[in-house]
Amino acid sequence: MKKKRTIPQKIVAYVLYFLLLGFTIAVLYPIVNVFSISMRPSDRLLSTSLRIIPEGASFNAYKVLFTETPFLLWFLNSVIIAAVVMITGVALASTAGYAFSRFNFYGKKSAMVSLLVTQMFPPTMLLLPMYIMLLKLHLINSYLGIIVIYTSTALPFCVWQMKGYYDTIPFSLEEAARIDGSTRWGAFRKVVLPLAAPALVITALFSFMTAWAEYVVAAQVLQDTSLFTLPLGLKQFEASMSTQWGLYAAGSLIVSIPAVALFLFLSRWLISGLTLGGVKG
Amino acid sequence: MALLRSFDSERLSPSTFAYILMIPAAIVMFGVVIYPFLYNVVLSFSNMSLRHFKDWHIIGFKQYERVFSGKIFYTVFFKTIIWTVVNVFFHVTIGVGLAMILNRKLFGKAAIRTLLILPWAIPQVIVALTWRSMFNYEYGAINLFIAQYLHMAPVEWLGKPLEAFSACIITNVWLGFPFMMTIALGGLQSIPQELYEAADIDGATGWQKFWTVTVPLLRPVMIPAITLGIIWTFNNVNIIWLVSNGGEPSDQTHILVSYVYKAAFNLYRYGYAAALSMVIFAILLAFSLFFLKRTKASEAAY
Repeated sequence: MKKKRTIPQKIVAYVLYFLLLGFTIAVLYPIVNVFSISMRPSDRLLSTSLRIIPEGASFNAYKVLFTETPFLLWFLNSVIIAAVVMITGVALASTAGYAFSRFNFYGKKSAMVSLLVTQMFPPTMLLLPMYIMLLKLHLINSYLGIIVIYTSTALPFCVWQMKGYYDTIPFSLEEAARIDGSTRWGAFRKVVLPLAAPALVITALFSFMTAWAEYVVAAQVLQDTSLFTLPLGLKQFEASMSTQWGLYAAGSLIVSIPAVALFLFLSRWLISGLTLGGVKG
Repeated sequence: MALLRSFDSERLSPSTFAYILMIPAAIVMFGVVIYPFLYNVVLSFSNMSLRHFKDWHIIGFKQYERVFSGKIFYTVFFKTIIWTVVNVFFHVTIGVGLAMILNRKLFGKAAIRTLLILPWAIPQVIVALTWRSMFNYEYGAINLFIAQYLHMAPVEWLGKPLEAFSACIITNVWLGFPFMMTIALGGLQSIPQELYEAADIDGATGWQKFWTVTVPLLRPVMIPAITLGIIWTFNNVNIIWLVSNGGEPSDQTHILVSYVYKAAFNLYRYGYAAALSMVIFAILLAFSLFFLKRTKASEAAY
């Protein structure tokens, strides 16, 4: 398309650029705002200035966060829970996804469809019965309960995702391994699984993120402050807005950074998975 | 794993091997999805609440009657529809619009694209709490901006029903458009350039090209994304719950899922909440089946 840019087209280009700029600012402003609040000195938290770098800016809130609040404990709690969810998610989804990809068995189609249907459950539909079950089993305020709930939340997507990736690995590789005397399990373990490494990474990160910054479930299952995960802790800071606003702001930046980094790393695969799913219907 | 290695997978039939691979995931899914689901069905026919926690019994369809006879279900359902339609409308229009701009030759495109994805990447809890603080009457950035630059009276965002509901919607629009934008961008990039060139030769205007080339070719990609978007928005308890602080003022900002959450965990009406959950699930299932069927039918027309 070799066309000369006429003047109206130039204007259009500028207008579009302006629009884009506007949206970028709208996206960035809340983040900048949080950053600026985290830097405010504690006697100027309730400022009515819109300055980005506040007067008397300091990193004091970050210091207080780690030394005078249970933030570090909450951080460790979140890491432990998310790590266990991640390991379980990978173990379960890598095997189940392989079964769905490679074998025909009775109930396969309905099992795949039911995994999709679970995505339509309103969040409370499983949370309420699970909560009552946990109450009866005395598993409220225990990590086991919350880990089980998180794993089940992440599992359907992870199984679909693993199945989709295994589908792209040619059968002939396993057949070759089998001819060389490998067992079925051996062919899976030593040939297919290493090739599926990228999908395993995505499954791992997705499971991790499901657990990392979840609030609604955690608020019911973990009620003891010492067991809190990061989102519960942040909510507590936010609830006493006036006194701990700076702590909230600093904490939420620290929680967001790993999540955003992981997400940007993952987004390419997440999106291709979603669009592929769309094309296949 | 060790157990699996020790048995001779060779002697098993392929489907037995598949079942063994599936067993761990199946047990987990049964324990935490199927069993709770069935338990929820039982609860929805029971009178269980904090008062009747141990001595609960089946009371038939009474909880469902309570759901449908109360006025609150209909008002909250109505608000849920508004919430979903307004949100998804803005997600799609903003998302597709930005994707079309980003699909042109542009300086700094990759960087802008990454920045625009950020709202999707930040954990929802933090998005919600941060916007809640920005909507603060006296010290929130939004009112300060309104006062200093627009010279208008500050808005009582979180204290009045309509304003608080709008605050939730603004927050959710902010966090939701990047998903649609990314999907649309992928779809736009897969449209062959020749089609636009052919349209140019036929003398089509930009507007005509949009409706005859872009829209039909973007459809198959956007329809599943919109279906997903509708389900996610309909089910999003995070934003409403955290921005309006549990439905404040006086439970005027609820959508169905946040109302169930409240009924279950603040009011301890377990049977009622279970019945309402079933109703919500039925609504979503009916919608998805209907929507997917209709779009399949219309896709066949192309």
